[in-house]
Amino acid sequence: MAKSVISIGPFHPLQEEPEHFSLTVEGETVVDIDVAVGYNHRGIEKLSERKNFEQATFVIERICGICSTSHPFAYTRAVEDIIPVEAPERAKYIRTIIAEGERVHSHLLWFGLAGHFLGYNTVYMWVWKLREEILDVMEILSGNRNSYAMFKPGGVRRDIKAEDIPLALKKIDSILPTLDRLKKAVLDDPVLHARLKGIGVLTKEEAINYCALGPTARASGVARDVRKDAPYGAYDRVEWDMIVTQNGDVWEKVLVRVLEIYESIKILKSCLQSLPPGEIDLRIKSIPPGEGIGAAEAPRGETFHYVRSDGSNRPVRHKVRAPTYMNLPTCKATVPGSSIADAAIILASIDPCYCCTERLAVCTLAGGEVLSAADLIRLSQEKTAGIKKEMGVP
Amino acid sequence: MTRNELLEELKGKFASEIVDYQDKSPKRVYVQIKPAALPAVAAHVFRGLGARFHVASGVDVRTHLEILYHFSVEALNLLISLRVKLDRNAPRVPSLALLIKGANWIEREMHELLGIDFEGHPDLRRLLLADEWPQGVYPLRADYKEWDETAIRDRGV
Repeated sequence: MAKSVISIGPFHPLQEEPEHFSLTVEGETVVDIDVAVGYNHRGIEKLSERKNFEQATFVIERICGICSTSHPFAYTRAVEDIIPVEAPERAKYIRTIIAEGERVHSHLLWFGLAGHFLGYNTVYMWVWKLREEILDVMEILSGNRNSYAMFKPGGVRRDIKAEDIPLALKKIDSILPTLDRLKKAVLDDPVLHARLKGIGVLTKEEAINYCALGPTARASGVARDVRKDAPYGAYDRVEWDMIVTQNGDVWEKVLVRVLEIYESIKILKSCLQSLPPGEIDLRIKSIPPGEGIGAAEAPRGETFHYVRSDGSNRPVRHKVRAPTYMNLPTCKATVPGSSIADAAIILASIDPCYCCTERLAVCTLAGGEVLSAADLIRLSQEKTAGIKKEMGVP
Repeated sequence: MTRNELLEELKGKFASEIVDYQDKSPKRVYVQIKPAALPAVAAHVFRGLGARFHVASGVDVRTHLEILYHFSVEALNLLISLRVKLDRNAPRVPSLALLIKGANWIEREMHELLGIDFEGHPDLRRLLLADEWPQGVYPLRADYKEWDETAIRDRGV
């Protein structure tokens, strides 16, 4: 059969970052995939070398708009590792609170988008409304809905006021009933089971070989979570469970994320309730020459920073590795063999800063057919509708 | 295996390959090895010890280039960084991409940003830089001039 190449990307209003996927297809089946990144290369590693250690925190907070705290978290830990010192106890708790609130809203955001790709636009709107509530909690605690600017090497920039905590806790409790209903509606839906089970399987061996991270690895049976493996912040002070499943298909990646929202809320609440008194900042004067490594579990997996200092007030080298850097190449293992209609949700299942279906053009080798922009989503939504029809679900 | 047993075994097994060994803290160990020994040591750490490969970080320290390959043994909360020092004029090191699939992208990235040649890499295309970026201009080298006129012209800015 003639092979065709479908080009997806690099730009789409739904995704956070431009990426370009070339799917080589035979009929309806994808046989190979290639990813091109770099459309959003801003040279932040280089930029960071021109800022002092405090200023760099703000630059790297802007690496990601969704998980804006994970990068400063890893970076400040890397700088503290050079000296080496540890942040004060209260600062650790505050950092943990911000990081977990962010995980909740990031997972909810992904959950909504996944619903949209599958043709469940009710889920999409419902989840994003819920996400607003969590953003309000973050605003109560930090003053910002996102890009909290709470971190600095040696501690945190601002304290959480005691009088804000009851309000935040009340707000968190108020979203739980809706979250429960949502979880039940999604996890008990027979159509979603039929649609997502067994597709885009990432085996445990491949997950290890590709060094996959976060929910992508944990859904494949790799019990890997920096919060447990190398505890930092207040993660070893509070009780929570790592969610690990065995099959590695898209369904389990959904499952892991949904259940992780509950764990994050658990951590968030117990940190708020047991916030210890004390200093929030070490007031680091200077950074000695040396090198430091910091890691933090972002919603998508481990964020890794390497910082080298020569004793001046600027880093001489700052290496940033985001989780999608390791997770995205796994599409080589998960997408080939699937149908085009499934490719969108498989690519979305690692929660990259995702899948650009705009500017989609099918160039068959014979020329001729050109599909319009929204076709990949349409194909995916039609497949769900087909399954619904077969199962007699309205 | 405890932390000490693991590190003693590593030191014993590759005694002639290890150039320098720095036990920085209970969670961090830096091991400098000869570049030619990298595949063997990395295979031992990744496959033998079951460590996870985080990423590699290349640094231009002006006298030479340096790559650190970061691995962590999750069960022990121990991060082992393998350091190789390369000649700045002809930096080359054996590729790990066939051993560790997760090393594929970072080697492509260091190839274009630092100009390091990874011998045996299956696919050394550019990862981040645009196709129009001039050949032989490496932005993470210490002597790189950011607003290099040829670079601007060739990028069409």
